Amino acid sequence: MDLAFTADEQKFAADVRAFVRANLAPDIRDKVKNGKHLIRDDYMRWQQALGRQGWLVYTWPKKHGGPGFTPAQRYIFENVCAEEYAPGIIPFGTKMVGPVIYTFGTDEQKTKFLPAIRESTVWWCQGYSEPGSGSDLASLRTRAERRGDHYVVNGSKTWNTMGHWADWIFCLVRTDPKAKPQEGISFLLIDMKTPGITVKPIIMMDGGHEVNEVFFDNVEVPVANLVGKENGGWTCAKFLLANERLGIAAVPQSKRGVEALKGIARAEHEDGKPLIENQAFAEKIADLEIQVTALEYTELRVLSQMAHGGQPGPEVSGLKIRGSEIQQRITELTMEAVGEYAAPYLPSLVWHGSNEEPVGPAYAHQAAPRYFNTRKTTIYGGSNEIQKGIISKMVLGL
Amino acid sequence: MDLSLSDEQKQLQEAAERFVRDKYPFDSRRKIAATDRGWLPENWAQMAELGWLGMAFSEEDGGYGGGPIETMIVMEQFGKGLVLEPFVPTVVLGGGMIGRAGSKAQKEALLAPMIEGKKQFAFAWLERQSRYNLADVSLKATKEGNGWSLSGHKGVVYNAPVADNIIVLARTAGAGREQKGLTLFVVDGKAKGITRRDYPTQDAFRASELTFDKVSVGADALLGKVDEGFAVVEEAVDRTIVALCAEATGCMDAINAATLEYIKTRKQFGVPIGKFQVLQHRMVDCFTNAQEARSMTLMATLKIDDKDPIVRAKAASGAKVQIGKSGKFCGQSAVQMHGGMGVTDELSVSHYFKRLTMIDLMFGNQQHHLTRYSNLAMAA
Repeated sequence: MDLAFTADEQKFAADVRAFVRANLAPDIRDKVKNGKHLIRDDYMRWQQALGRQGWLVYTWPKKHGGPGFTPAQRYIFENVCAEEYAPGIIPFGTKMVGPVIYTFGTDEQKTKFLPAIRESTVWWCQGYSEPGSGSDLASLRTRAERRGDHYVVNGSKTWNTMGHWADWIFCLVRTDPKAKPQEGISFLLIDMKTPGITVKPIIMMDGGHEVNEVFFDNVEVPVANLVGKENGGWTCAKFLLANERLGIAAVPQSKRGVEALKGIARAEHEDGKPLIENQAFAEKIADLEIQVTALEYTELRVLSQMAHGGQPGPEVSGLKIRGSEIQQRITELTMEAVGEYAAPYLPSLVWHGSNEEPVGPAYAHQAAPRYFNTRKTTIYGGSNEIQKGIISKMVLGL
Repeated sequence: MDLSLSDEQKQLQEAAERFVRDKYPFDSRRKIAATDRGWLPENWAQMAELGWLGMAFSEEDGGYGGGPIETMIVMEQFGKGLVLEPFVPTVVLGGGMIGRAGSKAQKEALLAPMIEGKKQFAFAWLERQSRYNLADVSLKATKEGNGWSLSGHKGVVYNAPVADNIIVLARTAGAGREQKGLTLFVVDGKAKGITRRDYPTQDAFRASELTFDKVSVGADALLGKVDEGFAVVEEAVDRTIVALCAEATGCMDAINAATLEYIKTRKQFGVPIGKFQVLQHRMVDCFTNAQEARSMTLMATLKIDDKDPIVRAKAASGAKVQIGKSGKFCGQSAVQMHGGMGVTDELSVSHYFKRLTMIDLMFGNQQHHLTRYSNLAMAA
């Protein structure tokens, strides 16, 4: 056992840092640093830069065109990117559908879809949840009926993140309504430009638009876009959810969030003294930092296990539970640090990056919207109640 | 001991329930929030007609001789409906300070029309550096002839966009956070030298940043005594805290009821999700939290007229701590139990959650009042 990174790993960290500094556009870096919202083009510019370097799909093995990073390198890459204020990589192509395609897809599918994911020329989104199927995903009802060489898809998907920016959507659809819930589901890739698809925004409580409902009205999808076996989609779904839950811990982002919180607590004053000198508040930050450290070392243990050939099992659900709670706590304490200046609501500044003068300190207007928005982290990707159910059943055998 | 409402108080409660039922179904509330003003003059006129704007003031001052219990009754219903009319800044804060510190002339000129619904107020105390210290005030008032000249900045002043008069806490002597040397002035909302930047708040109220540049006021603008404004403010804020606590109990009851209904009807895995023990227990904790909040609000309401300022302060801070804790628990739990729907703008749940969150930030959050309570309780 050794905590220290090897000389090679240290050199790798320096290379990543140099790359990010040379290739991350300053305007994007500024937006991330100041907690502003990014637009599609911001993500695409950064991801394409990573794509040219071969690092966008940093979790992929070499045989599928990834860099074949060791777990330590992945950890270093994620942390350095976060420290340098790089945007988070949109996971739908890189961490979700890409690995499903290279694991379960045909050679034609691999040739058609994987290069565009590696290079970020196509934006993917996810069609999983439905209005009646959230935690109980297997009850989904969007129907795909086979007619000759295509499926006809009817139904609706919800909580579709950034679908209004997407070129393609991967969907779980019901191909056999008579089978048991998990056994009649298939995994389909659908071009968002196909006639019959409507994207309707869902406005979140912070006033922002990041998720949608997607409606399918007699949408024709070539059978060639079926991944894996017909009625074998649940296997892809479970594989994808396990991957999703690993990244969802967001440790590097939380470390950055704690540092930003400390910065605000130093800038804010109470009775003429920096807020960070308030013992009670400082202890809350300390407690948070300890939680982040515990999460980080849990993730390192999982990565180390994977380095020795293991696959993440149900225990990664624990990472999602704590990771999401920590993200929420960061926003909660940030709002607490900002105080009454969290009250002004400035949508043009929050959502459209306008040049409107902030009210109070520049970091204040984001504090409450982020706190509100981050309530989603304990709900999405399988709610924390569901995650605990998985752990109690699969790990503890209860 | 008797903690039940009188017949008159019950009638008031029914009238307030009726008002919220008629005027504040959630869709109507959304429309009201989207108007420029953010509230409806016709609702304000109705509140005046119902006697609510004057109920907590003495008959001598033109009111109806009620007190904190009447305020609690109405505020609780306002919480259930997420009512947007500026009752707190105008009546509880502004009217309250004029009623307790104003001269006969000021009461006639300001309080009487307020009770009729013809004048509105805002209270400008917070500054960029103040956080929750009511005495951390640097806006200066200097003598100018018989009157005064005010210069400085005030922030997050609720209801300033439409207030006929702004009650300004200014420094007339001392410096920094000294409690001595603070003075209250009643300033015309449209006075020359005031620059306003208006904005909505997270919970759909309206507020402003105010800059005072040599704003001249006459000697009659003085509210209470020179250099002795702090005690007036502290009492007014403690009374306001208790009113906000009542509003929060209304919010909690409403959000708990909505969540209970949701988990009884939303089905996953073939059963209503309320059949799952993890949600049952959380719902019970929400219910218990709301009960504690209600109890602490009632305690504070009954003690806020106490002659001993320490008793008042402890009551207000204790209730605010409880409201902060319970409001956060009920709000976060309601969102979580609603799942994805809970984080949308579409359902009322997120709007109650936002209001509960903002109530915690107003006039000192849970941590601030825990420290204040601790200092008061351990010293005694």
